[in-house]
Amino acid sequence: MDQTPTTDPTPGSPAGTGPTPAAAPTTASGTGTGATSVSNVATDVHHEARTTANTDAVLTVENLKMYFPVKSSGILRRTIGHVQAVDGVSFQLPTGGSLGLVGESGCGKSTTGRLVTRLYEPTGGSIEFDGRDIAHVSPRSLKPIRREIQMIFQDPYTSLNPRHSVGAIIGAPLAIHNILPKNKILPRVQELLEIVGLNPEHYNRYPHEFSGGQRQRIGIARALTLQPKVLVADEPVSALDVSIQAQVINLLQELQREFDIAFLFIAHDLAVVRHFCPEIAVMYLGKIVEIADRETLYSRPHHPYTQALLSAVPDVKQASVGGRRERIRLEGDVPSPVNPPSGCRFRTRCPMAQEICARVEPPLLQIGQRHKVACHFPGELGKAPDKPITARLLGVDDSGSADPSAGPATDLGNGPGFSDTWFDLDRKTMAKA
Amino acid sequence: MVHFPTVDGVVKATDGLSFDLEKGKTLGIVGESGSGKSVSSSAILGLHRKTNAQVSGEILLDGVDLLQLSDEEMRLRRGKEVSMIFQDPLSAMHPYYTVGNQIGEAYLVHNKVSKKAARARAIEMLDRVGIPQPDRRVDDYPHQFSGGMRQRAMIAMGLINNPDLLIADEPTTALDVTVQAQILDLLQDLQREFNSAVIIITHDLGVVAEMVDDVLVMYAGRAVEYGPCKEILTHPEMPYTWGLLSSVPDVRGDVNAKLIPIPGNPPSLLDPPPGCMFHPRCTHRDKVPGDLCRTELPELLPGVSGSGHLKRCHLANPDEIYATEILPEIAPDMVEEK
Repeated sequence: MDQTPTTDPTPGSPAGTGPTPAAAPTTASGTGTGATSVSNVATDVHHEARTTANTDAVLTVENLKMYFPVKSSGILRRTIGHVQAVDGVSFQLPTGGSLGLVGESGCGKSTTGRLVTRLYEPTGGSIEFDGRDIAHVSPRSLKPIRREIQMIFQDPYTSLNPRHSVGAIIGAPLAIHNILPKNKILPRVQELLEIVGLNPEHYNRYPHEFSGGQRQRIGIARALTLQPKVLVADEPVSALDVSIQAQVINLLQELQREFDIAFLFIAHDLAVVRHFCPEIAVMYLGKIVEIADRETLYSRPHHPYTQALLSAVPDVKQASVGGRRERIRLEGDVPSPVNPPSGCRFRTRCPMAQEICARVEPPLLQIGQRHKVACHFPGELGKAPDKPITARLLGVDDSGSADPSAGPATDLGNGPGFSDTWFDLDRKTMAKA
Repeated sequence: MVHFPTVDGVVKATDGLSFDLEKGKTLGIVGESGSGKSVSSSAILGLHRKTNAQVSGEILLDGVDLLQLSDEEMRLRRGKEVSMIFQDPLSAMHPYYTVGNQIGEAYLVHNKVSKKAARARAIEMLDRVGIPQPDRRVDDYPHQFSGGMRQRAMIAMGLINNPDLLIADEPTTALDVTVQAQILDLLQDLQREFNSAVIIITHDLGVVAEMVDDVLVMYAGRAVEYGPCKEILTHPEMPYTWGLLSSVPDVRGDVNAKLIPIPGNPPSLLDPPPGCMFHPRCTHRDKVPGDLCRTELPELLPGVSGSGHLKRCHLANPDEIYATEILPEIAPDMVEEK
């Protein structure tokens, strides 16, 4: 890593002329069709998946749970149930890398983002940041952590205070954390405005004077103010017009390279996530069902939900063929997270669900170097195994009942990150890299 | 033409827009917010108030000019011959009335039937759009429906009178992809069954590619490219269309494809730029001799590839520029196929 995360974007850095990153080997191979100052410097460096060693994870989330109580109506307001918004999610975020979280509305991806930023206190599990579990630290000791983990919100119209000038919005973190004396805040604000591609003279304007894309840039500048190590971007472009989305995505990629920020990128748009993140986790009803590097996930998905999700995305290239593509139709709606189905949560809509799926929850089993899937019948589309491959590992028979003849359940390494050994789907045994 | 006079001047929301659509066919209107997509479709439905909008030109539906009709005559056609599906079904439905009530109302207004018959028809339509247990769900309120079911109910409402023309304004934008796929399937099945003409307004080129026969690309109130879907999406000739294609990543495309955003922001319609509306954001304007892009508005003329493909651009060789400069950047994998 050529830059430490604490590198200050001082005027001496190339940021002075707008966001042209220091090490930009791609500009040479650029095309000249580029549009803005931020457009063309796309990201070869970024595309190299920084996903090798597990040890350089900046953030490790393990078995994270968030249950929201459901209260009864009436005076007593007893708790009558829990919305299991996030239920046992584990992942690692590499330093300066990015992990995408995709899924449909209500799958818990935004809640996960809010747990990581500690806007919620999790019901269970741990969030390890910089070698320290921050899942339950007190509000007072959270303050220094907030400097390191920042968030970009979805809607740039509601996430900026309309009564505060842009300078006040972006400068607030500096004042709150007592980082700079008052007279130094304005120059820093102007510098940040320039980094995100806005006119530094506009610091005294108000949010309503900016367009949607510009407001999102303000939100990004605010998140950058404290030079965080981790940025949680919750649907950062979905509220923007198509032509503006690309501007913001390119800006985020450049900032990531320049300041070595790790991104937890939450979005429902599978194409955007694929473009941004070398590694992607698919969530369904509060759980990760599949996590893999982007090539594997998008070309060889092994979970039936991922397959259905990918097949549902309309494709521009279909125009040259005409008509609609064959797609996997999912029946019905997502079940209620208050009372999720037993066993595998996807089984109620899964085309290949069998008895075992209702009885035993499938573990998030590593089946490749950087590929985990939570399914009893994992396999590429149309090549799913006939028998549950997980049965023996879990110590049950093929229908999911406890099997005394089977050995004790194998340690499946359900933790965050990837291990060097995994379950080989062809040989049906554990294999080494 | 739809113009809105305001205290700051006249907003030319739609200017000189023409298209035609046959029964059973689908037209896709594409463009950014503020490009005049929704304003044009509201004009077809006669939803602009005469006090604050000036609508001119002609809108012929089965040979009848909708703009010449009285309010009363228009009201008889609205919801019967032309109907509309809105983007956000939660705000388009009345929260105080049951779903069945609202669907049945559309039938009741245009047909001399009893309330009971309208309710039966509403149940029939709910069943047709794939709502489980329609006889029970008909008495639910909109908030009791999920997003996808609400949109199905909206479609049921739009199609209950078997309209000649159905306008779907961003019908799936608020929905998840799997639900979107269900709704698009449904729309297509129903269109085949009822043989309606459909206008889909969207910004999602993927939806356009899979659903429509013709595409109309709008920018700042004008059509900038118009033609058969396949033509427009595989050989676009207008830099704005290139921009739309290049600013969205493709889920199945090359991972090394670059995103090339359209620089700047859409123009103000109060004070549109002179010449080509798109020239301030166009990176190809200097390829046209004589600074024409800055001074003269190009006509909507047949493009290089044939008369069915209209484009509003001064560029003389857009096909070459697209093939050599744009496509290798945004879809390197497509170039090799040639």
